[in-house]
Amino acid sequence: MSLIDLANPSRFLALADRALPWLVAATVLVFAFGVSQAYSAPDDYQQGATVKIMFIHVPAAWLGMLAWGVMSLAALGTLVWRHPLADVAAKAAAPIGAAFTLMCLVTGSLWGRPMWGTYWVWDARLTSVLVLFLMYLGVIALWRTVEDPARAARVAAVLTLVGAINIPIIKFSVDWWNTLHQGASVLRLGGSSIHPSILVPLLIMIAAFTLLFLTLHLAAMRNEIMRRRVRTMLMRQADARA
Amino acid sequence: MTALSALLVRDLRLAVRVGGGAMVGVLFFLLVVTLVPFAVGPDLALLSRIGPAILWLGALLANLLALDRLIAMDHEDGSLDLILMARLPLELAVAVKALAHWLTTGLPLVIAAPLLGLLLNLDPMATGAVALTLLAGTPALTFIGLIGATLIVALRRGGLLLAILVLPLTVPVLIFGVAAANAAIVGPVPFGAPFAVLCALSLMSLVVGPFAAAIALRQGLE
Repeated sequence: MSLIDLANPSRFLALADRALPWLVAATVLVFAFGVSQAYSAPDDYQQGATVKIMFIHVPAAWLGMLAWGVMSLAALGTLVWRHPLADVAAKAAAPIGAAFTLMCLVTGSLWGRPMWGTYWVWDARLTSVLVLFLMYLGVIALWRTVEDPARAARVAAVLTLVGAINIPIIKFSVDWWNTLHQGASVLRLGGSSIHPSILVPLLIMIAAFTLLFLTLHLAAMRNEIMRRRVRTMLMRQADARA
Repeated sequence: MTALSALLVRDLRLAVRVGGGAMVGVLFFLLVVTLVPFAVGPDLALLSRIGPAILWLGALLANLLALDRLIAMDHEDGSLDLILMARLPLELAVAVKALAHWLTTGLPLVIAAPLLGLLLNLDPMATGAVALTLLAGTPALTFIGLIGATLIVALRRGGLLLAILVLPLTVPVLIFGVAAANAAIVGPVPFGAPFAVLCALSLMSLVVGPFAAAIALRQGLE
């Protein structure tokens, strides 16, 4: 089955229905393993138990950026190939990405209070994540402004691609400004600076969150297709009455 | 080339004529700067400290409010359709329109900034720094705003949504603009680094803006 076959919504729905139970099961299993690993991971010698917040904070930040990446790919699919599924994928990813970005901000804020002594600082990385969150809200607002889904998809795609320039700025802002937030720790030249006893549970939690995102995204895409069907049916019904 | 210069001259003429509203942005800028002392109090030391930030915010908002003139008026009177059908590349056409918009909205803000700096108790050095950063930064505001303006035209919706879409994208410009101005006034960071980034942001938006705007017009108006 090639990508173009998935343009048929019925085929996509059939595939989604088959894949979703497996995805849900995989998500639950990896989450159970990851949470148990995170629970048994040692406390930090300075931060104590608050270091556990990292197991939610870092995956949420990763997904906040991944969701925009998915939206950007979908935006290319919309603008270049006019793939109908790309419209649905972009629309479905926006609220999920916004939710994970908000989760990243909230957990970071709760972590910052005991560690930095404040809920919020205007550091480069915090600021750019906040801007990312605002941009998610902007894209969602754009989707909710236009009634015709195909037109909304094309316009939102332009905004998404422009916003994609923002993601490298987030990634490297720590290196540019280097203020209160710590530098890149998991992925960097010369190996990770995190001890394996914490790094391994963290990577498992990142995998679990990514699976969660895939599950939610697929389910949201299915819902969006059904919502469009309902919309078409309602319009036909209105036509028949008129 | 003649088509582009004709478009530039046309936009400039329309902007300065009755109903063009070229100077309204400056008036708004003046009003914002006048309102701030009412809000924070007439403390001259405080005003001179936050002066660059006030000027930058005022310029940002004045620029934002003028954006709906950039494309929407051409859409209303039908000339946008002619530009879309014309043989000249749409990217260049919208870039020229943005240039004309900057000349009639952004540049007056830069020229007005030193006068408003007097109201905010900025010394000549600080005033020069703010004006220079505005000169380097306002093109970025216009060309980023161009993207928002075309999206809004394609949607036939305006107003608040334009601000919501454009303002997050202008955050880096604001950050580096104010950072460069403050670096020149109080230090200790050298002026060059943030100013270079500000120029880079302007140049980048000069490239990205027209292309994104052209795509938005082509995709949204069909």
